[in-house]
Amino acid sequence: MMFWLFVSVFVAAVVCVGLGRNRALAVVNGEFSRLHSLPSYHGGWLAMTCAGPALALLVLWSLLAPRVERALVFDWYADRLSGLGPAQLEGLWRDIRAGGGARGLHDALLADAVRSYADLHAAGMAVLAVLLAVVAVLGFLYGWRRIAPAFRARHRVEGAVKVFLVACAGFAILITIGIVFSLIAESLRFFTYVSPIDFLFGLSWTPQQMAFRADQVGGEAAFGFVPLIVGTLLITAIAIAVAAPIGLLSAIYLSDYASKPVRAIGKPVLEVLAGIPTVVYGFFAALTVAPAIRDAGMSLTLDVSSESALAAGVVMGIMIVPFVSSLSDDVINAVPQSLRDGSLAMGATKSETIRKVVLPAALPGIVSSLILAISRAIGETMIVVMAAGLAANLTLNPLEAVTTVTVQIGTLLTGDQEFDSPKTLSAFALGLALFVITLTLNLIALRVVKRYREQYE
Amino acid sequence: MTTMPTVETVTSGTAQPQLERPAKVVARGVNVYYGDKQALKDVSLDIDARSVTSFIGPSGCGKSTFLRCINRMNDTIASCRVSGRIEIDSQDIYDPALDVVQLRARVGMVFQKPNPFPKSIFENVAYGPRIHGLARTKAELEEAVISSLQKAGLFEEVKDRLDEPGTGLSGGQQQRLCIARAIAVAPEVILMDEPCSALDPIATAKVEELIDELRENYTIIIVTHSMQQAARVSQRTAFFHLGVLVEDGLTDSIFTNPKDRRTLDYITGRFG
Repeated sequence: MMFWLFVSVFVAAVVCVGLGRNRALAVVNGEFSRLHSLPSYHGGWLAMTCAGPALALLVLWSLLAPRVERALVFDWYADRLSGLGPAQLEGLWRDIRAGGGARGLHDALLADAVRSYADLHAAGMAVLAVLLAVVAVLGFLYGWRRIAPAFRARHRVEGAVKVFLVACAGFAILITIGIVFSLIAESLRFFTYVSPIDFLFGLSWTPQQMAFRADQVGGEAAFGFVPLIVGTLLITAIAIAVAAPIGLLSAIYLSDYASKPVRAIGKPVLEVLAGIPTVVYGFFAALTVAPAIRDAGMSLTLDVSSESALAAGVVMGIMIVPFVSSLSDDVINAVPQSLRDGSLAMGATKSETIRKVVLPAALPGIVSSLILAISRAIGETMIVVMAAGLAANLTLNPLEAVTTVTVQIGTLLTGDQEFDSPKTLSAFALGLALFVITLTLNLIALRVVKRYREQYE
Repeated sequence: MTTMPTVETVTSGTAQPQLERPAKVVARGVNVYYGDKQALKDVSLDIDARSVTSFIGPSGCGKSTFLRCINRMNDTIASCRVSGRIEIDSQDIYDPALDVVQLRARVGMVFQKPNPFPKSIFENVAYGPRIHGLARTKAELEEAVISSLQKAGLFEEVKDRLDEPGTGLSGGQQQRLCIARAIAVAPEVILMDEPCSALDPIATAKVEELIDELRENYTIIIVTHSMQQAARVSQRTAFFHLGVLVEDGLTDSIFTNPKDRRTLDYITGRFG
């Protein structure tokens, strides 16, 4: 129903564009030049006045109506609902909206509530449809009457475009802020169970010891962040150790040594690496690289577990090579040719020029490309799940299995669980910690890039 | 055409040994192609040692191209081909056995737009001595840097801030820094590709003064769009047009008594 209302408002807007144009032309008897604004702007104006308020009403309704409906329904059955916790109420409400839900209609209370809700919802929709029609017609009439030769429809439409763009940008920002706040709120709930000190400095991570649900018997759980962040940093460090030299050297080759045709082919091919889904890298890591490392370790009489930080790190490094090479290639290319000429004219060789002039000049940009690659690596989950395992070992030995923050978030939030146990909530605290780390890295990268820009502009 | 008094005294000074000109750079039948396009046609020219030679001509006439042949900077352009013969001190610089690195240490270059490296003033000048291993100790390097800055007339202005970035200097100072950088490797020839075109008149005057001083020790070849500049700083002038060397001779006689109709048209402002 809601969907069709949205569609009809949209159709009304499209129709209004045509009507407004024709109206504008009719007002001046087809004499274009007497109009202040082009006819299409009058069309836009009419669509705006007709569909704009209707759309706003529709959005507002779809945001507010569910809350009102819920309050009303729960109010009607207040006496029969007393004694239910917030989580149970939440579940009941889902069942009511689904028209019975998984439990079927056996429950008398549920059956009544479902019927009341259905009636209420239908009535609400009818009211909404009538309201929409009234608003749209009023808006249409207002817009229609304003269309005149001297009417500045262009300015109105330009103003509306700006409002629309601001709304889009604001929406994106609000969503981001909302996500951050929900992370913070859930993390605070987690910290009522586990102290932040224990979380940030605890050396052991064993949430799986905890009971899944209230009806299970669990052991002692520990929520220490340190093994996870050490695992994350270990894998990231290995990844950067692989990606930085490969990426940087291929960027230097592409920008300064490769002939034009080689560059035209080589750069896109390298960027294809960035398009491979990470899960594909994951099984490449688990099925090819990890066994190869284990076999190599065995031939050196080293004890390598079949899931190792090294395997995950190496494959992750390959994954982020295109980030490093593509961004570094751009900054190396941005170093003015005049600097290269200056160095070559001094009698420097090509590699001397690159080492002593081009790379120092491009260094800030290269550093920021590395930092962006690092934050990408820190956020990566799939490769680690498949190649490095789930065991939260606190170790710096790259041949052992480790786990990372993102992997643990994934395992904590999959499967059967409740949303108010510290085990589930710890995922939010992990997410918040990870967010703070990557945000810091990105801010550093942005600052470095800014300093770099100031140098040449 | 007005000629400045200094130029007159200078030209009359070099006019006498003209019979036995000490040619530093000798070009014979030089052709340059960019892909299929011929940029320079059969250029033959002698360039005197320890004097200033200017190349003039309208844009695209090949004067910069010829300049860049003399230190083989055209090698860096993939589509560029050079034929003919260019000798410095009777040594063929396009000889495959010749090391282009050593050639460029002997033939320095200053570019149209000042291009100091994004390093400190000191490091900019120390760059050449470092890559060519000219200074064995730190003291020697410092001495080389200071003397180059002095020769470029920049030392007094920057002596208190040698550690600051060279890109922070004014345009004219940057260009003199680039000249200091070029002379730090003790070249014999200095090529200047419109060195003053990005500078204001006062900075230009300083660079021109410097060029006149450097003439005592270096062979200087300067490409310029300004005929006044050519008249002010150079002893000999070569006029290029459409890739052809039309006329060369003493600056004084080129500007007062050109032999070729095209030269006359150009210097009197009828085209270009």
